[in-house]
Amino acid sequence: MIELKDVHKAFGPNKVLAGVDLKVERGTSTVIIGGSGTGKSVSLKCILGLIRPDSGQILLDGTDIIGQPSDFLDRFGMLFQGGALFDSLPVWQNVAFRLLRSPRKAEARDIAIAKLRRVGLKPEVADRYPAELSGGMQKRVGLARAIAADPDIIFFDEPTTGLDPIMAVVINDLIREIVTEIGATTITITHDMSSVRAIADRVAMLHAGRIQWEGPIGDLDTTEDAYIRQFVGGLAEGPIEAIR
Amino acid sequence: MLAPLAALGRGTLAALAGLGHVVLFALSTIQHMLTPPFYAKELAQASLMIGYFSLPVVGLTALFTGGALALQIYSGGARFNAEAVVPTIVAIGMVRELGPVLGGLMVAARVASSIAAEIGTMKVTEQIDALVTLSTHPMKYLTVPRVLAATLTVPVLVAVGDSIGIFGGYLVGTGRLGFNSAAYLTNTMQFLEFWDIASGLVKGAVFGFLIALMGCYYGMNSGRGAQGVGAATKSAVVAASVLILASNYVLTEVFFAA
Repeated sequence: MIELKDVHKAFGPNKVLAGVDLKVERGTSTVIIGGSGTGKSVSLKCILGLIRPDSGQILLDGTDIIGQPSDFLDRFGMLFQGGALFDSLPVWQNVAFRLLRSPRKAEARDIAIAKLRRVGLKPEVADRYPAELSGGMQKRVGLARAIAADPDIIFFDEPTTGLDPIMAVVINDLIREIVTEIGATTITITHDMSSVRAIADRVAMLHAGRIQWEGPIGDLDTTEDAYIRQFVGGLAEGPIEAIR
Repeated sequence: MLAPLAALGRGTLAALAGLGHVVLFALSTIQHMLTPPFYAKELAQASLMIGYFSLPVVGLTALFTGGALALQIYSGGARFNAEAVVPTIVAIGMVRELGPVLGGLMVAARVASSIAAEIGTMKVTEQIDALVTLSTHPMKYLTVPRVLAATLTVPVLVAVGDSIGIFGGYLVGTGRLGFNSAAYLTNTMQFLEFWDIASGLVKGAVFGFLIALMGCYYGMNSGRGAQGVGAATKSAVVAASVLILASNYVLTEVFFAA
């Protein structure tokens, strides 16, 4: 349902994406792994239309969406790395942001509170402001916002970065449960291997602006691919240079 | 040998490119202003922030300026026995020139900076990207309400500032310079024409537009991190102030040079 074909993107002399090909089937959870600065976030932002690729195609259900009006975003939910909560709005208005601007406006607050409960937050949190919450709570609010309008497609950008190990497990489990529950197609980018094992149906590894390896999660530990071996094993020695 | 010329050329090209970007940003703002969806709540909030909360600073500026103007005109006028013109000149000076310009500059310092810092921080923390993914156009949600609010409320601030400035002149005129209270008010009203006041309000609207536009433009184009937001804030205030003074000259030329 989402397909990237030979997507290129450079910022000045820095070629971030050098021909990314990736196919994500409906209802599957794909995790993109790779070191920092390998273009994981840029790939997601290209799909969302936040960054325009230099060349290539991005197909959503067979239609190229590059440069198209952003109506297709109604089907998307996104959890940003830092939460990206609107700090001028209370928590519930953050969660219900899209609903408040839709015909479902009247029930927006109730849905927001239900979604907050779904991510393990009490209704009292609804009227607080994002700045008053801890990092883990902000992440959960971001997750509640991403799922608030029951999207078909959800992107998670580094969902566990900056969280303590326990909170990371909680967030991973929540993502897995919610994805199974609403049957959404998801792409997660992370370099946290515990996230990968908790969330992924399929794994794609991005290296030097291309998909270096792609396969089901079950193959991750058996593949002979040297890049995957080094990344999964967390080894300093290997084809991926430690100094970038 | 050509190096200085090349540097000059690069600077000129960069300045022209910057000007082009600002003009495109302004046109885009106007285009989004005219097409739905409209965010009435955001407009009301921006009007409160930009208009209402700027009243104290604009009022104080006008009060002291009006007072100082009365003193200056009195002492200057005394050189050719024209002390009696104080009320008239204070009124005309305030409504045509000092009310809009000083009010505009104070609002620029207060509002252009805060808009640039707020939107810049939103950009740096991916809140602008989040808006887009929530199917909300940042220009419509952030820029249009602020620019519209400033364009509508700065003329009101100017009107209030004009009144307070004239009152400042009146206080000094009657309290320090020995003017008769009734005569001062009569003289103020007698030579003040409708266009004197209206031209100042039009200037206020233009300044308001420029102030919020610069705040939004530099905020939206903010660099990364705290340094980027700091630079955006500084540039917004400098650009808004210079544009106010430059456009004030152009508008004065258009309105009164005949």
